[in-house]
Amino acid sequence: MQTAKTVTVGTMESSDIMITLKPNASGITIDLDSNVKKQFGAHITALMTEVLQKLGINDIAVEAVDKGALDCTIKARTIAAAYRLQGKTDYDWEALNSWNV
Amino acid sequence: MVENKLKREIPAKYAEQYGVYDGEFAHIDSYQAATKTIKPIKPNDSKLLGSIHEAIVKTGLKDGMTISFHHHFREGDFVMNMVLDEIAKMGIKNLSIAPSSIANVHAPLIDHIKNGVVTNITSSGLRDKVGAAISSGIMANPVVIRSHGGRARAIASGDIHIDVAFLGAPSSDEYGNINGTKGKATCGSLGYAMVDAKYADQVVAITDSLMPYPNTPISIPQTDVDYVVQVDAIGDPDGIAKGATRFTKNPKELLIAEYAAKVITASSYFKNGFSFQTGSGGAALAVSRFLRQTMIDEDVKASFALGGITNAMVEMQKEGLVDKLIDVQDFDHPSAISLAENADHYEIDANMYASPLSKGAVINQLDIAILSALEVDTDFNVNVITGSDGVLRGASGGHSDTSAACKLSMVIAPVVRGRIPTIVDAVTTVVTPGSSVDVVVTELGIAINPARQDLVDMFKGLKVPQLTIDELKDKAYAITGVPEKIEYGDQTVALIEYRDGSLIDVVKNV
Repeated sequence: MQTAKTVTVGTMESSDIMITLKPNASGITIDLDSNVKKQFGAHITALMTEVLQKLGINDIAVEAVDKGALDCTIKARTIAAAYRLQGKTDYDWEALNSWNV
Repeated sequence: MVENKLKREIPAKYAEQYGVYDGEFAHIDSYQAATKTIKPIKPNDSKLLGSIHEAIVKTGLKDGMTISFHHHFREGDFVMNMVLDEIAKMGIKNLSIAPSSIANVHAPLIDHIKNGVVTNITSSGLRDKVGAAISSGIMANPVVIRSHGGRARAIASGDIHIDVAFLGAPSSDEYGNINGTKGKATCGSLGYAMVDAKYADQVVAITDSLMPYPNTPISIPQTDVDYVVQVDAIGDPDGIAKGATRFTKNPKELLIAEYAAKVITASSYFKNGFSFQTGSGGAALAVSRFLRQTMIDEDVKASFALGGITNAMVEMQKEGLVDKLIDVQDFDHPSAISLAENADHYEIDANMYASPLSKGAVINQLDIAILSALEVDTDFNVNVITGSDGVLRGASGGHSDTSAACKLSMVIAPVVRGRIPTIVDAVTTVVTPGSSVDVVVTELGIAINPARQDLVDMFKGLKVPQLTIDELKDKAYAITGVPEKIEYGDQTVALIEYRDGSLIDVVKNV
């Protein structure tokens, strides 16, 4: 989907990630700033891409400032950002839950 | 490349120069102690000089020499920056510096490196900015990281020959009798500085509290001191205790401390006359708190506590739980006051504290040591010098010394810090070999080094969860994921000496 909105979720606290979504003409681009980028940067980028795609967002610019968040936090923040971007509040808990294995 | 006993690769030229690690006591051999040149003082000579500038001129300091400092003021130190700034102004270059450690407050050192004033460094540690700069490769020659005992050994054996020691003196008289318990910026024990004073060719005492002669007690005697300089301030007393010693409220740290105390009190070493050393971190201090309670409950008293003295130890001594405090360094102000007031609180130098080449260090008499870690691997090797991103940011300290010499060495650490696993497949950098580490204590339980079958038997009934080190690592990785390998450059930025002077690891640029 296309949107002109920009949303930001999360905080700069340690073990959190702040995610900003901005319109992008084509594709998902991720600008990641992380204190664990050397060890987990590729993993974090792949995880956010996967979540966005599952929620049907394929054209978006992501700016993320990560302070060592765990995967569960990164997923939750990405989902919240995506829903807020789309203006949706009808969370599909069953679908979201099914991702957790 | 030469592979050492821990399968760490050491570049051939450094392997040849230093030798490589081959076991904890493989290189303990007889040697001729280092000597120094003495310029005698005659009856009417004065040692008092007007400025640091004048002292540098008088010592004849020139390009290529080695100078040293002590780190007893920790984050409150003014001396190293003052002296290096003056040296830089005078145009002296290509110096080797041998401070006992380097703190965040020494960030101006980065410019002195870039300007060619400082071209060689040996130190116990390198903190944030200086560590990051050196990791980025600003020095042509690698920094040599030495433990506290290893530094004392290197000085006593002549591996480090100090031309001029610039020693911050909390109080001194005009003739150079120095102690750390009187004056404006008291740091307590001068244990690391005492070794420099004994072996350096020339010693400059820099003080902001000039006392009438004779200044007592005498930690560093006039017979070791060439010049005395009075300045406005040598250090910030608040900085000395910075970063140390609050009692933690963090439940994870408290649980680790509780488990550690249970291990200690369940061990056969826990009996009247036992001895212990703790560090200054939050969890380590909490261990003393739990230990104290069991000592009261079971009426067990310690013969001595060693360190790295903190107020927690001072209070235990005041309560009669610990007979003596053996003190190479103080981590807070109450400890410095105790050293001044209490005859059973005794100051020792780093050679007596931990040198592997002394005629027996105090750590050889130590029962139990509590140590921290940035990382521990499944071979029980410990890293306390680099972050898991490969950047220099810690300190070797007394880690490898104490753990090698004491009877029960315990490494306490959380399984993960944020997203960083602490228990890993292979540590980023080895400072302490796994053979020195007996028990790893985490919030999820303990792992006993299988090489210590006696401890496995001893702790069979212990009411603390017991796991293998591999299980602890799996639990860490289950939370954080498996970290990617760090990509290093080709430049060696630090050599990690084992306490005996051989190379246990090297650090490459990132």
